[in-house]
Formats: sequence, C-alpha cells, structure tokens
Amino acid sequence: MSLSNRHLLGLKDVPKEDIQLILDTAVTFREILERPIKKVPTLQGKTVVNLFYESSTRTRISFELAEKRLSADSINFAVSSSSVSKGETLKDTVKNIEAMKVDMIVVRHAAAGVPLMLTKISNSNIINAGDGTHEHPTQALLDMYSIREKLGKIAGLKICIVGDVAHSRVALSNIYGLKTMGAKVSVCGPSTMIPKYLEELGVDVIYNIDEAIQENDVLNVLRIQLERKAREYFPSIREYSKYFGIDKARLEKNGKDILIMHPGPINRGVELSSDVADGSSQIILQQVTNGVAIRMAVLYLLGTHN
Amino acid sequence: MKLILKNVNALNPFQKLDEKGVNILIENGIIKQIGNLAETDFNDAKILELDGKYVVPGFFDMHVHLREPGREDEETVVTGCNAAANGGFTGIACMPNTYPAIDSAEVVTLIKKESANHLVDVYPVGAATVGRKGEVLSPMAELKDAGVVAFSDDGVAIKTAAILKRSLEYAKMFDLPIIEHCEDESLAGGAMNESINSTLLGLPPIPSVAEDLIVMRDILLAEYTDSKVHIAHISSKNSVQMVRDAKKKGIKVTAEVAPHHFTLTDDTVKTYDPNTKMNPPLRTRADVDAIIEGLKDGTIDCIASDHAPHSIEEKEMEFEYAPNGIIGLETQVGLAFSELYHKKVLSLEKMIEKLAINPRKVLNLNIPEIKVGETANLTILDIDAVWTVDKKKFLTKSINTPFDKKLLTGKSLGVINKSKMFFEGSFVEI
Repeated sequence: MSLSNRHLLGLKDVPKEDIQLILDTAVTFREILERPIKKVPTLQGKTVVNLFYESSTRTRISFELAEKRLSADSINFAVSSSSVSKGETLKDTVKNIEAMKVDMIVVRHAAAGVPLMLTKISNSNIINAGDGTHEHPTQALLDMYSIREKLGKIAGLKICIVGDVAHSRVALSNIYGLKTMGAKVSVCGPSTMIPKYLEELGVDVIYNIDEAIQENDVLNVLRIQLERKAREYFPSIREYSKYFGIDKARLEKNGKDILIMHPGPINRGVELSSDVADGSSQIILQQVTNGVAIRMAVLYLLGTHN
Repeated sequence: MKLILKNVNALNPFQKLDEKGVNILIENGIIKQIGNLAETDFNDAKILELDGKYVVPGFFDMHVHLREPGREDEETVVTGCNAAANGGFTGIACMPNTYPAIDSAEVVTLIKKESANHLVDVYPVGAATVGRKGEVLSPMAELKDAGVVAFSDDGVAIKTAAILKRSLEYAKMFDLPIIEHCEDESLAGGAMNESINSTLLGLPPIPSVAEDLIVMRDILLAEYTDSKVHIAHISSKNSVQMVRDAKKKGIKVTAEVAPHHFTLTDDTVKTYDPNTKMNPPLRTRADVDAIIEGLKDGTIDCIASDHAPHSIEEKEMEFEYAPNGIIGLETQVGLAFSELYHKKVLSLEKMIEKLAINPRKVLNLNIPEIKVGETANLTILDIDAVWTVDKKKFLTKSINTPFDKKLLTGKSLGVINKSKMFFEGSFVEI
C-alpha cells in the first residue's frame, strides 16, 4: 500500500484511501510511542529538513520527534520572516538545501502556496506544516485520528469548527479531510471570521454557539490569533468570549456531553475556559501525542514512497 | 526614401476609409499616394508585398509602465518603446509611478528626451498629486506645458474625495482627464480577488467592491465638477454597469480594460504563479462576461495593456509577497484579436476604435488618418496569423507574463511612424 502522491501539500483532493492508510499506519506508530524504547529504524539514512519560515515550536518539535523516532537524520532550518524582502530568496534557500542531498522537506511558511512552489524547485518529498491561511494537513489528520480514537468512527459524525475560520490554516484541511471521510461539517464563529462563499464547500455556517453545541458530536475549537490582525475582526475579547467562548456552564446549559478539541495553544478564558480545557471531555493533550504518531505515519509513507 | 505597401486593405473607421487591395506610397514618412500607382513610382522604392493584409491607424496603448526613471533594470523608455513597436503600437501613454514620480516638468522632459528619436510617440501621464501621495496637487499647469496628456496617481486611487475633487476642477482648465486606478485603500492589500478561490487558496482577498466604491465616487465627482474621469483597467461587473449608467446620464467618464481582464479568471491563480497576480486582480467569469458585454456596447472605450514589467527575482517570490502586474505590450494585439475579434465580440472597425482611435480621443490627441499628405502613422495587421507567444522573443526587458506559449490568432506585422518603420521584428530604414 502506498499513497497516491509523493508530497503532502494539503487534504484537498486527497482520496479517502490515502487518509485511511495514514490513519491506520499511525495506529502502529502510536503503539510504539508507548514502548520503553520509542525508536524504529524505518527511515535510517534518510535526511529530513524542517524548513520553518514561521516560528511554531509545537509543530516543529512534533515533526522533529517523529523524524527522530523513525531514525531519520533531521535538520532544523529556521528562517526569520524578516529576511523575506532582503537577502536570500526562497528559491535559493531551497536550492541550497537540496544541494546538501536531503530527502524530505517539512515546510512552514506565512505565505499560502509555498509548499506547492517547493515541489517545482525541489526533488524532495514536500510536507506542508502550515502555509499562510491555506492548509495544515497533518493537524487535520491528527484531529481525525483523535476523533476516531475517541468515538470509533468519523463517517456520519457531525463536527463543527468553531472560531476564526478565515485566518485559520487548520479549518480548510479539516473541512476537506472530514468531508472526504464522510462527516457532516459545519463552522461557527463571528460572521467577520467566516470567509465569504465558504458554503460552496458544502459546510453549514452557524453563528450561535449554543446551537453548535446542540447540533454536533464534536467541536473543534480554533485558536483566536490574538497576535495577528484577527483581533480587528471582532469588537472585544470580552464579547468574543461571551458569545463564542465555551465554558462548563454553557455545556451544562445545553445538557450535552460533547467532544471538545483544540489544536493549541489555547487562549484560556477566550475560546475555552480552564474548566473545559482541563475537563474530562477534552482530548487536547491526546491530540498532541497523536500528532507525533500521525507525522511518523506521513514521514514513513512518503519516505518509502516509490 | 520611398516605401510602397503593396496590395493592402486600408481601413480607418475614423475617416470612414475602407479600401481593399490598394497600394500606398510613402515618401519620407508622408503618404504620397493611395490606390493605383504609376510604374515610375516603383522605381527605387522599397516594396512590401502585403497580399491583402490590413493597414490601419497606428495603435495606441494608453496604460504603460516604463519604469524609467528609477527601475531601469525592469524597463527603460527605449526598451518599452521597442516592445511597443514590436506589439503594434505607434504611441503610448506612460504612467507616473516612477521614482521619482512624474510630478515635475524635469521628469516629463527626461522621458520626452529619451523617446524623441524613437518611432513610438510617448506621452507621459503626470502625477495628480506630489509624489502620488494624495496630499498636495502636482504642478499640473507646468506638467501640461512640459507635455503630459492626463493626470493620475496610478498604482493607487487619488487618496481622498477632497483631493480628487480639486484635481478634477484644476485639470478641467486644460480639458485633461484624471485617470483613476479605482481601489478603496481601506479594502485593499489582499493578494487576489475575493471569491471561492481566495478561500480555497488561503490567499488574502481583495473584494471587487473595493473597485466599485471608487468608481462610484469618481463618477459622482466627475458629474459634480463636470470634469473628465477615465477609469483605468476596469475589472468588475458592477463597475462596468456604473460606467454604463453614468455615460447614459452624459457624465464625462471613459474606461479602458486590460487584455488579461477579458481573457483570464481567478481560476488561473490556482497555480500560485505570481504571473497571475495583478491589481486589479483577475476576477470571476461573471466579471469577465460583463466586461465583454461592456466592450460590445461601447461602455468600455479602450483596450490598454497595463504593461507592468517586474524583475525575475521579484516575480519568483512567494505569491503573497510578489509585486502586482504583468507585461502586456507584446501580447495585447494577439489577445484582443483572439478573444474579441475572432470570437465575434467586436467587428474589425470596433477593434481599431478601441486600439487606436478612442485612446487618442480620451487624451485629446490627433487621430492619424490614412490620407495623401498626412504623416504615415500606421499599423500593419495580419488578423489571421496564428502564432505562439514566446517571451524570449520579447523586446521588453522583463518576462513576467502568464501568456507564454499561448496560441494566438492575429498580430501586428509592423508599424510606421515618424519616418521610421519596424517590420517583422526589426527596425527597417525607410
């Protein structure tokens, strides 16, 4: 069994069989992570470069760990985004890395489309670790893995993505992946944070969080990017938290035991209250563990792709 | 020197000329004879056997970025003029977003001097405000005396309604138009048109209403001041409708469209190729259809390239960081004939109006006539020539085009102006 593409740029147009294969492969690696010796020789001799144009400690560490667990040689290449307009161009950087004979490039960039661009200038397998507000496929895969682990299935579930959909790279990947796997997907957030024309993707848009809780089996709560321009899209954090934040009282009011997920890092007291973030219904830390297993699966399947 | 254009169809709707299979004798740049020539006329003459090709008034591109002064690595006045000649144009208007901007007589003089000996006539467009900053009116009277034919802060719209109103009032003294790049500043700054595609591609969107708001503002102020406004590179459906309505009311508004806006939609951006990034951005099929309708019914007066050369390094950047714009001088005629003439949107006469006559009308310039005693200012057209775009053969200094390798039908074989000729790829003594 192998994937139909030698890169993982996003989940758009990725067939169900491929997603299934990644999720199933991750089960094996997830089991390895519970062993005393958490390392397998699968990618020995392969070199993976983590090319991060945007700082992202968690995603980078997750990939790095996955690479090390698979015995690949991994190199971290962090480029400050300030060097974008001056100094080396992306093309030159990638050509230079390529010249050092690497096998795979994991790329995170603030600009959408960069992973696709890399496939045109590099022969390595390219893995998208987040590009602009476009896609973040491994995050969506680990979300799906976590849902399946917890609820036993994805098909037929009703899943709502909550928050700043417009500035999220996680939302689109989740929408594509979940729909491919047969879930019913909706989004909920302030109308200024839902991209125009999103309904054309076959998702429902709701603006009432209570309705979202009542109607769904899973809420995937996105981080409000307080440090970005996103802050201008709603009147105040207080208002956001009041109308879209999820706390225990709100869940109890709706009398619903619902699976709450979050890609992290959490703004406690904004999109999730601490009692929910730490509560029993959350699988947020499990998501993090599963992230390593999913990335191992992706690296393995692409690294051994012929 | 004597030149004979043998067996041509001379066509100029402006003078209601439509003569098939005639010979045109040009001597020292002046048209000496049209029709049957005496045998002695052929003595010592250079003869172009044109075999039924069209000879029309020289095409005029009223929206060109020459990049000189400031970015001579991307284009100079001379290389831009060479590209214009190669593309079939005998005249161009160049936009003021140079460094420094064309906001002083000195810069106008520099451009005039650089182009003085070239076949192509160059008419600078002056900045409407100093440094195109939208704060203080540029010295419009001085600029006019130096030779500008319009005013614009192109690259951006004139910043405030107050400054635009003043610009329109002041420019009215000279009967010159204000050319507007219509984009509301507060809605600008995205990388592509807002549509399902911007959502799918995760690219920051520019809504078409950003254009519409300024088109509406400009129309209202043109009406209020009874002055002339020209809408540059119109791209949205609503804007076309507003210009149509304004014209019906007798408001002095004209409009141009760039070939990419009637050829491509924002589906093309899916490749993240920075050569599909321009401002205004490529829009939707509905917008393209509205533009074609606007060309047909005369709402849109002119076809203009918005020729915007950029260095390779800049256009190889990440899509979001790459600058806006594509080159267009050498693909405009081919695209226009392929998309408009051969698809039966416009007749040959209408094509000539939009490519040669109307741009000059907007800028109050003389319209070349194909008549004995007149200066020969001509474009020689092969409307049925099938050719493949090859950016390596362009004479412009830059190569940022999304149309490389595209098969087109219709091209310019050559141009004649100022006693000079450019024919089939090179300058020829006449």
